[in-house]
Amino acid sequence: MNRDAASAPAVRLHDVGLSYGPTRALDGITLDLPSGCMVALIGPDGVGKSSLLSLISGARTIQGGRVEALGGDMANAAHRRRVCPRIAYMPQGLGKNLYPTLSVFENVDFFGRLFGHAKAERERRIAELLQSTGLAPFAGRPAGKLSGGMKQKLGLCCALIHDPDLLILDEPTTGVDPLSRRQFWDLIDTIRAERTGMSVLVATAYMEEAARFDWLMAMDAGRVLATGTPDELLMQTGAPTLDDAFIALLPEEQSSHHHAVVIPPRDTSHDDVLAIEAEGLTMRFGDFVAVDTVNLSIPRGEIFGFLGSNGCGKTTTMKMLTGLLEASEGRARLFGREVDPRDIETRRRVGYMSQAFSLYSELTVRQNLDLHARLFQMPAQAIPVRIAEMAQRFDLAEVMDALPDALPLGVRQRLSLAVAMVHSPEMLILDEPTSGVDPIARDALWQILVDLSRQDGVTIFISTHFMNEAERCDRISLMHAGKVLVSDTPAGIVARRGSANLEEAFVAYLQDAIDEAALPASDPPTAPAMLPIHATHAAPPPATSRSFDLRRMLSYSQREALELSRDPIRATLALIGSVILMFVIGYGINMDVENLSFAVLDQDQTTVSQNYTLNLSGSRYFTEKPPVRDYADLDRRMRAGEISLAIEIPPGFGRDAARGRPVAIAAWIDGAMPQRAETIQGYVQGMHAHWLTEKAQLLLGKKAALSSFALETRFRYNPDVASLVAMVPAVIPLLLLLIPAMLATLSVVREKELGSIVNLYVTPVTRTEFLLGKQLPYIGLAMINFLLLTLAAVTVFGVPFTGSFGTFALAAVIFVTASTGIGLLISSFISSQIAAIFGTAILTLLPATQYSGMIDPVSSLQGAGAFIGQIYPATHFMTISRATFSKALGFGDLTGSFLPLLLSVPVLLGASVLLLKKQAN
Amino acid sequence: MRVANIVNLGFKELRGLGRDPMLLLLIVYAFTAAIYTAARAMPETLNNAPIAIIDEDRSPLSSRITGAFLPPYFSRPEIITAAEMDRRMDAGLDTFSLDIPPNFQRDLLAGKAPTIQLNIDATRMTQAFSGSGYIQSIVTAEVAEFSQRYRGTSTPPVDLVLRARFNPELNKTWFGAVMNVINNITMLSIVLTGAALIREREHGTIEHLLVMPITPFEIMISKVWSMGLVVLVASALSLSLVVQGLLSVPIEGSVPLFLAGAALHLFATTSLGIFLATITGSMPQFGLLLMMVLLPLQVLSGGMTPRESMPEAVQLIMLGAPNTHFVMLAQAILYRGAGLGVVWPQFLTLAAIGSALFIFALGRFRKSLK
Repeated sequence: MNRDAASAPAVRLHDVGLSYGPTRALDGITLDLPSGCMVALIGPDGVGKSSLLSLISGARTIQGGRVEALGGDMANAAHRRRVCPRIAYMPQGLGKNLYPTLSVFENVDFFGRLFGHAKAERERRIAELLQSTGLAPFAGRPAGKLSGGMKQKLGLCCALIHDPDLLILDEPTTGVDPLSRRQFWDLIDTIRAERTGMSVLVATAYMEEAARFDWLMAMDAGRVLATGTPDELLMQTGAPTLDDAFIALLPEEQSSHHHAVVIPPRDTSHDDVLAIEAEGLTMRFGDFVAVDTVNLSIPRGEIFGFLGSNGCGKTTTMKMLTGLLEASEGRARLFGREVDPRDIETRRRVGYMSQAFSLYSELTVRQNLDLHARLFQMPAQAIPVRIAEMAQRFDLAEVMDALPDALPLGVRQRLSLAVAMVHSPEMLILDEPTSGVDPIARDALWQILVDLSRQDGVTIFISTHFMNEAERCDRISLMHAGKVLVSDTPAGIVARRGSANLEEAFVAYLQDAIDEAALPASDPPTAPAMLPIHATHAAPPPATSRSFDLRRMLSYSQREALELSRDPIRATLALIGSVILMFVIGYGINMDVENLSFAVLDQDQTTVSQNYTLNLSGSRYFTEKPPVRDYADLDRRMRAGEISLAIEIPPGFGRDAARGRPVAIAAWIDGAMPQRAETIQGYVQGMHAHWLTEKAQLLLGKKAALSSFALETRFRYNPDVASLVAMVPAVIPLLLLLIPAMLATLSVVREKELGSIVNLYVTPVTRTEFLLGKQLPYIGLAMINFLLLTLAAVTVFGVPFTGSFGTFALAAVIFVTASTGIGLLISSFISSQIAAIFGTAILTLLPATQYSGMIDPVSSLQGAGAFIGQIYPATHFMTISRATFSKALGFGDLTGSFLPLLLSVPVLLGASVLLLKKQAN
Repeated sequence: MRVANIVNLGFKELRGLGRDPMLLLLIVYAFTAAIYTAARAMPETLNNAPIAIIDEDRSPLSSRITGAFLPPYFSRPEIITAAEMDRRMDAGLDTFSLDIPPNFQRDLLAGKAPTIQLNIDATRMTQAFSGSGYIQSIVTAEVAEFSQRYRGTSTPPVDLVLRARFNPELNKTWFGAVMNVINNITMLSIVLTGAALIREREHGTIEHLLVMPITPFEIMISKVWSMGLVVLVASALSLSLVVQGLLSVPIEGSVPLFLAGAALHLFATTSLGIFLATITGSMPQFGLLLMMVLLPLQVLSGGMTPRESMPEAVQLIMLGAPNTHFVMLAQAILYRGAGLGVVWPQFLTLAAIGSALFIFALGRFRKSLK
């Protein structure tokens, strides 16, 4: 749509720099990237490719220099808002910006809504995109259940839904099998053929892919090494391949590290010693057969390659071998011993590296290595030496004290591999260890593997998507849809198939298998007939630069609601759980202190003293315990909490009382619980007075009554002084605060922790739309909760509702908006889910139970607590709740509580919006 | 079981915690400012209870009664008319309204036993109960003194001497401070272990541990000791610096003994946290379940209202909760200065509950990993 600007550079960089702490990621990059063509950033891991892309896409705050994209300064928020509908950014990592519980269709649909397409338009585009990417048959499958290749295609669909003028892809094919990779690039070509003005900016570590790009930019150590077309680079360096050209471009000291991998022949004389055996290994997930009767027999010291499309069962097979998954059928043996999850001894001999990065992101590289060395029970004195050795071998020395999250994918992979090997295992099970690792590092890794196999006899079971790596294996197995298609030496497979090379043979085998199967079980590796994408621009581009767009907000609401509906346990817990809690608290909190245990130290033992005791024990408030023997007994029993009241009647009490001599009864009260002690005081005084009156009447006859009066106590609003009537209306605000706040906090912090927050950074959605959009479904859920609680209060608990329900409901809407707002506010400054849970609990539970008038009225509180109580929304809703439940009041009587409640909503939301960041730092 | 593994894994947990500055900040807040504010906010006995008086008698006696309501227990009484009473109580302005009828003094002296009406907003239950007792004794004392002066009659001179032990002034700050420490101990220990386990599952690190020569038992016990230690240190510091220091709450008994009890309690709650994590699938579910568990633990353990007044069934069920016993031993040791000789049953019970929870969680933990 920006065809006129086709000649101008798509991206202009001037002296761009970026630092992460002391690390300089980008250093003085000045460059123009041409528009309307495919530009690739190539270079090893950690040279700043991803950082640069995130700056160009606007996902990251610019630290230094000037970044212009599509003709404007990306440091300028107004420009970012204007152009972000024209930029699509797909971050690194398989499906990082997707929503795993949403289906394929729903994911694309969400992005479509975000960019403001109408329903018909959206459906048309989604149908086209899914058709052309071959995802159409899987439209209903949750994104989290897709294989890596399919996730990347889905990510592409989401990026393409709004016809971007600049498409930014960060390592889109890392971890994707060769067939899917081919399809992916074909797809991009088709799209570009349709949309000639579109610029595509790709970061990749695959040099063989780089050859198909129009313009390359080779990077190293945060700087640009060279730019030009692939041919120009080849000419410039005089190298035969881009791989070699890149190595030639590197500074002397780095390129000198590189050596071609040398594989000495294997000594096969001990091949009767089997390291891995599998017979009929089968894994079923429900109806789905993930792994179907796989047989393996791998001798000690062999490098065994495992190939296959994404999602064909390689990972599952590996997990069964390590004992992480229990096979549905069949048997597996490692070193001749049956795989048993409890077999600690075998585990020590195996190193495993899983596909997804699974080391501790909170530990540094060194701490991770150290921890694993210790856990594998290496001798303590050997550990530092071994760590130094691994650091040197895997080129990690410079990042030893960095946290894994700050490292590029390739370096993290090297770390994972180092961790898997730190304890010198006899067997390595490696699940795509080289995905995302640059060619030089990959060759270095392979040299290590080869040395381990040939010199130390380590058995290596490795899965990979790289054909040149497969060729280095002693034997390979080709897997598809859970079945092993063929197992042989790489040369044997090529010969058997009569293909030109291994990749051809691989594709040919897969095609056969697919043609045989009526229904493809996982990825359809056949490229479906590439439907052209009709980039008809009949529909005018929607106005997306508006500062508040209802549709964008609702697209977040809809997505959040969908996620909520995919997790019915969450909603059920919130609804059912709150009713249970109301029950527990309603019955549990009882201010009417009863059954207090007391004992008497009666040193008089007359009828009068016994009469006094009877006066107490006859009451429902007190329960008499065995008499106290002496002071020591009294002390012990009070300390143990056995009795909360002790009455001491002095010797000669009866006689003295009768003679009118002053005499005192002592009452010892356990003051450990002041509330209870006060109540006891009140009761004892009352009983004492009652006893005195009775005595006086006995002694003095009618005359005594003359001085008396009656104090008639009327408990209003709650005549039975039932705890339920008092507590239930207070519990509703409590629950409507705790649960919605917790859900709202986690909904935002979760996106931060799992990575999909990037969609806030690079799409036109504003912070207000994002927050309000996410809040809405939780307000809805909370209102259902409100109705349920009120219903339960009236029916199950029998608490009469006397006031105006309309008023109560209106207050509830405002209140749950405030309580979810509290959650959003908490989420804006917290980035880990653990801290979010604890923070929400501490910041809601305490004020709600202690400062909001649930037990002690706010007017009686003191200090900061009183202040919090006065401004806390729960206080005001609690007043309204009690007033409408028990005091038969309506809106007119409660304006004083409505005002502060109403005021809290914009304050909370405003603060959340201000604190939330629209870009990563 | 290897002690080295347990130690190493535990240090890993501690390091991980150290990487989350916001979480550390929240922990510090929870054990310092939150406790201080909450304890200070607690009204001292009956504090500023709002009272209004409808004086229809306007006699020396009625003004004598009016003058007897003094801060800090009561706010200065508002003198209102009968017509105003309902509106003021509806709006929640007054908790108590005392209606002294016309000719009260005359009727009293005439021996007609007149009636004073006391209206109480019974939705404010705490004030309702203790306040009505106070009001009754204040009015009775005033009337007695008044009538004694007029008629010289007297009741038998049997005096009641009330003494509150362990907290003579019934200072609620003492109580609130320690109870908030206890609540925080429970909350933090469940969150730290439970949420950390879910985090490991969500990030795939737990899978990594399971291919190593480590048993689920070692993983679990390492979480228990490390997170338990964090909470124990935090509560020890809180107790000595905030509770004893800033709030100057006198502690009768032995703090080490209390901390030993807290350690047993932590054994139970950290196991509970792990158990909750094994039955929930995601962090939001855990967050909700946490609320479901935490509220009853706090409200029904006897730390908020006395156990005696709860329904028997609730009392019985709550005997299975570690908090109940922890609150008992905390009150006994910290306020009443009880020694091990008194609280050993609670120690034993806590150990038993902790072991049961641990074994149960371990079983679930093994299953949930499959």
